[in-house]
Formats: sequence, C-alpha cells, structure tokens
Amino acid sequence: MTALCALFVRDLRLAVRVGGGALIGVLFFLVVVTLMPFAIGPDLGLLARMGPAILWLGALLASLLALDRLLATDHEDGSLDLILTARVPLELAVAVKALAHWLTTGLPLVLSSPLLGLLLNLEAKASGAVALTLLAGTPALTFIGLIGAALTVPLRRGGLLLAILVLPLTIPVLIFGVAASNAAIAGPVPFGAPFGILCALTLISLVIGPIAAAVALRQGLE
Amino acid sequence: MSLIDLANPSRFLALTARVLPWLAAATVLAFAIGITEVYFAPDDYQQGATVKIMFIHVPAAWLGVFAWIVMSAAALGTLVWRHPLADVAAKAAAPIGAAFTLMCLVTGSLWGRPMWGTYWVWDARLTSVLVLFLMYLGVIALWRTMDDPAQAARAAAVLTLVGAINIPIIKFSVDWWNTLHQPASVLRLGGSTIHPAILAPLIVMAVAFTLLFVALHVAAMRNEIMRRRVRTLMMLQAGARMGP
Repeated sequence: MTALCALFVRDLRLAVRVGGGALIGVLFFLVVVTLMPFAIGPDLGLLARMGPAILWLGALLASLLALDRLLATDHEDGSLDLILTARVPLELAVAVKALAHWLTTGLPLVLSSPLLGLLLNLEAKASGAVALTLLAGTPALTFIGLIGAALTVPLRRGGLLLAILVLPLTIPVLIFGVAASNAAIAGPVPFGAPFGILCALTLISLVIGPIAAAVALRQGLE
Repeated sequence: MSLIDLANPSRFLALTARVLPWLAAATVLAFAIGITEVYFAPDDYQQGATVKIMFIHVPAAWLGVFAWIVMSAAALGTLVWRHPLADVAAKAAAPIGAAFTLMCLVTGSLWGRPMWGTYWVWDARLTSVLVLFLMYLGVIALWRTMDDPAQAARAAAVLTLVGAINIPIIKFSVDWWNTLHQPASVLRLGGSTIHPAILAPLIVMAVAFTLLFVALHVAAMRNEIMRRRVRTLMMLQAGARMGP
C-alpha cells in the first residue's frame, strides 16, 4: 500500500514539475477550440449547437496527446523495469499510474471546459452538462489509452500507432459523452440514460484497462 | 490427432500440404454451385438485379466478423497456452479479415448508390463495419511495427482480445447513436422474411465463402511459417558470416 502511495505521489510530482507537461494538454485544448471557429465560421448559433461535440473532440485529442508520457518516460529512465519486478501487483501499479495521469491531464481538461464553453457561446447549463460528462468520461479515455500506451512502450516511435490503436476503442465514450451533453441541453432523451451508460463504460475501462495493460507490459518487456 | 499435435510446424506443413488441394477443390465447387444458383435466383420486385450484390455482401460481412473470432481464439492460444502456431494463425487471419470487411464495405456502397442514391450513409451497420475495418488496420499496423515476431504476436494478441470485448460495445453504441440521430426508417430492409428462392443460394454462398476463408487462411499460415524459416536461416547465415 505504501509502495502504491509512493508511486502515486511520485507521478503527481513528476507531472507538475518542470518537464512534466501537465498543463500542456489544457493549452492544446484551448488551441483546438480556438481553431474551430476559423474552420466552421463565427456563427454563434452554430457554435453553440456544435459546442459539446467540439469540447468532447478537443478533450479526446488532448488526452490522446498526453498518453505517450504515461509509460514511455518511465520506460526510458528504467523505472518501469523496477515497477515490473516490484512485489506490488502490476495491475494495481499501472492503475495508480493511470489515476495520477488522469488527475494531472484529464482533470484540468474538465475544469477548463466551462471556460472554453464561454468561447463557444454555451449557456451555463450546457457548460455544466459538458463538464459533468467530461468528468465521468475522461477517466475512460485515460484507462483505454493505458492499454495503447502499454502496447506501444517497446516501440521507439509509437505515438502515431498509439492514436490509431486507441481512437477506435474510444468511439463509445465519445458517442455517449456527446449524447448525454446534448440530452441535457436540448434533447428529447432524458439525461440519465446516456449518462448512466457513459459511467458504465468508464467503470468497464477501469477494470479492463489495467489488466490488459499489465498483460501487455509483461509480455512486451520480458 | 489433437490441437497440440499440430504445434509442430513441420507436421502442420505436411498435413496441410495434403489437405489444401482438397480444400481448394471444395471451395471452387461450392462457388460454382453458388454462382449458378445466384444466376438463376429471381430478381427482387423492388431492387431488381442489384439484389444479387447481397450474395457477396452478406457472406463477406459474416466472414469479416468470423475472422476476428478466429484471431481472438488464436490470441488466447498465444497468451494462455503459448501454442507455437497460434500467433501464425492470428497473423495470417488479420489481412484476410480486413479484405473481407473491405469487400463488405465496397459491395455495400455499390449497392447503396442505385438504391439509396448515395455511396455512403452513416447508418449504424455501415458505421460499425467501418470501425471493424479500422481495427483490423490497427492490428495489422501493430504487427508491422515490431520486427520480433514473438513480441509482435503477444502485443497483437492483447489488442485482439481488447477489441473482441470492445466490438460488441461499439456495435451497441453505434446502434444507439444512429437511432438517436435519425429514426431507422429508410435503411431497414424491413421485417420481411427472406424468400426461400433467395435464401438457398445465400446459404450456399456463405458456405463457399467460409471454405474460401479456411483455404486462404491455411495457405497464408503455410506462407508465414516458411517466411519465418527463411528469416531464421538468413539470421543464422548472417551469424555464421560474422564468425563466432
């Protein structure tokens, strides 16, 4: 337990200190959202209608970009080998790493989304709905991404492959995240149905992600 | 004769060398019967002759899914039992499955052009097949980025199994997504039962396609085993040239 706590604190510290790049994801999120009106035009009504989708896509891409830091830096400096040989179950160790990663990359995206919602002419209720769905959905993105990160750790340039492997698996999260946001804003569908499925997807990925990632790491680095 | 007896690649090669010609002959025969039956099958009263695309489209879709099931079984063989031929089977199945999935997509859009007036719609079924195709390409890409076949096999096995869990979830979400956006009215074939005159050739074609898959898969496995032998021989040769 103390080992897991130590790992957790270490990952948090590494992420927020120089070179950790915890807030780069938020910056990327801001840039993506800023680019959108240039592509689709400054029509505020249209932006408000597409707002949840834009925010979700931006958050998805931002969390994807951060994924190659999740395990690759530990692989480079050798600490991943120590984690592999440690007495702590590897599944728990990678789960803790993913949790710390989500706190430093996923949570800032959630917190910044209401602010970016203002840029997209979203009402307060709509911004709240998007932030809530992001809070429920971004852990799934991190834990699904964990599998891809573990698979591509042995590769020197795994970044692009990581995106190709992970993005199709995130389709359900994207569908239900955007659907729940739209349901809260306008939709005839009650908010609870898609939001409940989104939470279920997150819970499934919390289980499958660490197990699959641990198998991939054991097999890949032996 | 059990599955473990096939673990010896030489025995597998010897066995399949005897079986493969018969398999190929059976495939040709099944296709001959199937295509003849399709030729004499009646046209649909609404769709006309384009209904015959279905005899290729539906078996291709079925095999696109079937190939992933074969890959998942092989992935279990790789990770759990370390069966030496399982990773060969998984690697050989991926491009064949991708080809069948692509065939399903292409025939579907060729049918959609005269029927729906467009090559592509974001219908739930089309979209899930497209995602399946993307996942095949992801697995193939993973196979091709690692130069050590054993390591690539284990990574691809993990991805295949994760995909096997996720494909039903993706299918469910895409169905949900589409019914939310547009009511399923245009694109449904309706609850109409298929007429026996069309069902019979469809079953024969499905059998023919399955035989084709098995034959292609066995042949691809043989090629992969030989490719690995060539690779090993070349590495030994290079090692001998370098000196001890």
